[in-house]
Amino acid sequence: MLHIPILRKGEPYRSIDIAKVPDFRTRETFVEVSQANAGLIRRDLVDQDSPRKALTAFTTDELIAMSKRAAEYFMNDTLPVGDQMQTPDDYVRQLSATTGMPHILVRKNMNKIRGVMAEIDSVLSGLTRGLDLKILDAGFGVHEGHAVSFFPRTQSLGVILPSNSPGVHSLWVPSIAMKIPLVLKPGSSEPWSPYRILQALIKAGVPKEAFSYYPTDHGGAGAILQYCGRGMFFGDSASVGKYANDSRIELHGTGYSKVVLGDDVVDEWEKYLDVMVASITENGGRSCINASGVWVTRHGREIAEALAERLSRIVPRAVDDPQALLAPFANPDVARRISGIVDAGLNESGAVEMTEKYRGARLVEQDGCTYLLPTIVYCESNEHSLANREFLFPFASVVEVKPEEIPEALGPTLVVSAITNDENLIERLVSSTLVDRLNIGAIPTMVIGWDQPHEGNLFEHLYARRAFQRATAAA
Amino acid sequence: MTALAGKEGQDWKEKLDAHVREMVEWHFNPETGSPFWLDFAKKLDWDPRKEVKTYEDLDKFGFFQDEWLRGGPVRRWVPKGLADKPVYVFETGGSTGVPKSRISIEDFRIDYELFSETLPDQYFPKGADWLMLGPSGPRRLRLAVEHLAQHRGGISFCVDLDPRWVIKLIKWGEMQMMERYKSHVIDQAVTILKAHENIKCMFATPKLLEALCEKVSLKKMGITGVFCGGTEMTPQFHRFAVEELMEGAYFAPTYGNTLMGLAVHKPFVPEDNYAIIYYPPMPRALIEVVNPDEPTRIVGYGETGRVRLTTLTREFFMPRFLERDEAERELPCEKYPWDGVRNVRPFSRLQTSVVEGVY
Repeated sequence: MLHIPILRKGEPYRSIDIAKVPDFRTRETFVEVSQANAGLIRRDLVDQDSPRKALTAFTTDELIAMSKRAAEYFMNDTLPVGDQMQTPDDYVRQLSATTGMPHILVRKNMNKIRGVMAEIDSVLSGLTRGLDLKILDAGFGVHEGHAVSFFPRTQSLGVILPSNSPGVHSLWVPSIAMKIPLVLKPGSSEPWSPYRILQALIKAGVPKEAFSYYPTDHGGAGAILQYCGRGMFFGDSASVGKYANDSRIELHGTGYSKVVLGDDVVDEWEKYLDVMVASITENGGRSCINASGVWVTRHGREIAEALAERLSRIVPRAVDDPQALLAPFANPDVARRISGIVDAGLNESGAVEMTEKYRGARLVEQDGCTYLLPTIVYCESNEHSLANREFLFPFASVVEVKPEEIPEALGPTLVVSAITNDENLIERLVSSTLVDRLNIGAIPTMVIGWDQPHEGNLFEHLYARRAFQRATAAA
Repeated sequence: MTALAGKEGQDWKEKLDAHVREMVEWHFNPETGSPFWLDFAKKLDWDPRKEVKTYEDLDKFGFFQDEWLRGGPVRRWVPKGLADKPVYVFETGGSTGVPKSRISIEDFRIDYELFSETLPDQYFPKGADWLMLGPSGPRRLRLAVEHLAQHRGGISFCVDLDPRWVIKLIKWGEMQMMERYKSHVIDQAVTILKAHENIKCMFATPKLLEALCEKVSLKKMGITGVFCGGTEMTPQFHRFAVEELMEGAYFAPTYGNTLMGLAVHKPFVPEDNYAIIYYPPMPRALIEVVNPDEPTRIVGYGETGRVRLTTLTREFFMPRFLERDEAERELPCEKYPWDGVRNVRPFSRLQTSVVEGVY
């Protein structure tokens, strides 16, 4: 049986407490994952200096070069996974087995992770706004004619990871090039990606002491967030809400991402149908950057009808089918609960499911797998309980709002793809505190520029600028 | 019934049955019994003193209800035969509403004197002082550990710790405040340890032990023996404690509560792979593992079930109490020729409704 150990500053540790992660089809144990007790994590984190020193022994340029090499190792090489070796194809199959994600989607996410590592210099340039990265080595320097100095806010970055989509791992990878060691808690059914990324980076020359990998429970996750000076937390709204007032922790909760059609273009909505479909369905609809809403000022029902017809063409396929777009649920009960929530919302007046007449039941079982088929709901009002919901499958509400209600009516939104030429609306969106990422024009919500900050700027999360002056030595 | 191994086990069974008869006679005799049990007996259509002859006969009482212990009058639990003795009242942690309270006179001293016999003098030296790093207030642990120290010729230093406040902080999501409270407790402990060189032994709950070891080295503080209990311990924690926290000190995990007393740990052997195996202080108390759906039926060895406690002392009679824990039934061993329990943990069916103290 394949076993994934804890990594304590790079050193494998086999726990007595083992989580058995099942194959989503057979429900039989597919991999055993050592679980760290919270006390062990806290004890390890008493010393965060030595991992940091191991990274600061390198220049940023050297770490960037390692990251670039790691990109290729991650994508193409055979790397350790526990006591065994893992080819790229093994990784794809293994990740798919425990999460249900189709191989084609795993490969797309794999490519996304590779891209961030390969383009790490561009990513860092975007995050630091073109800072000469040698300044990070010296701690001070001159940028655009001004003396600047940056200091790390933390000795390590603790990250509580999800299981929904490997693409999120792109977000913490730049930490190593910024000389901040990583303390990772993998998602319970997706231990694969962070482990493989770490192995690729280690093979590329990054000191293994810079990596701690702790599969653990809620208590262990809490210990990571408490003891690391900076953290990232991926989770549902209820989980991340506990840390809403903790500025040390960057929260990545529910996205509620949306495509917005301005009043000036909404009569031409058919031109943007592909953007809407891509925003809702790519990556199996499992990402926080998938659109869960299409907000329009008119034609809502027609748009919902057209989306329903298009989405109903997406059907369950085998995990290794290159046409597969839907991921089954690793836990069928979760699918049933989600479908129940949608049904409960539809029982309220003012919302109608548009997809049912095209594809029949939402919850289906096929070849021993449980799927939720893409679902489009038309909501007459943004007050409806389904108007602003996000689920772990391709689901979107088409909502009609008054032009002047945008963006306030949107609520907190991770990505807005605003298709409009209305400068007034654009100005309101740009000024809005509710909008995190903003795409102006026909850009699917899923299109991410990795040189752009995502739910906070990682560089600013890890580093702070101090006032700095240096006297010229007296002659 | 509780299975006992070999001739020695058979002797124990006879002693147990004799003890049961003696305790039932005491608690249901109008001259010596407590008002609660005498009143209870009046409502029965059978006479416990005549019909309870063996341990198994205790099934006739049905299950002891913890609700009986919530609220007063607490004196109804004081046996008439002990009415002139000074009485203590101890409470459980109170993590589920009104706390259960239990009267005690000498039991906590007797329990801990028996436990003392299981502690190796090499690591828990006679005459050494102790640090009590656990819940204080209305819990018996504070007095019991102090008595343990005194019984072994030492003095016990204590800190204040209110686990109910900790539970409230967790329920409110005040995790930072909870950590500050924990630090406050640990800071007191560190101060005491640094100031008093004769402290060589200590009691600590698992989480406080971890927290203390983040601040100081037990070895450098001169600690040679740690008695640990109060909350659940996993085998992984056991290993972590032995391999990384103890630094050569002896680790004595225990399982117990105010209602039962103290169950001791089977001495560590590598074959057990850090499983935590407890044996009850027979015949004063028994721990059994029963089928949760049919709690009169004891499960087979190695099988999982709900923990059932029976306490049989002159101060307290508690037949067939279903604890909020589960465990595996463990075979008797050479040192303890009666049933034990392995890897006690919160009863999974109740887990969602209980906030475990993190003290």
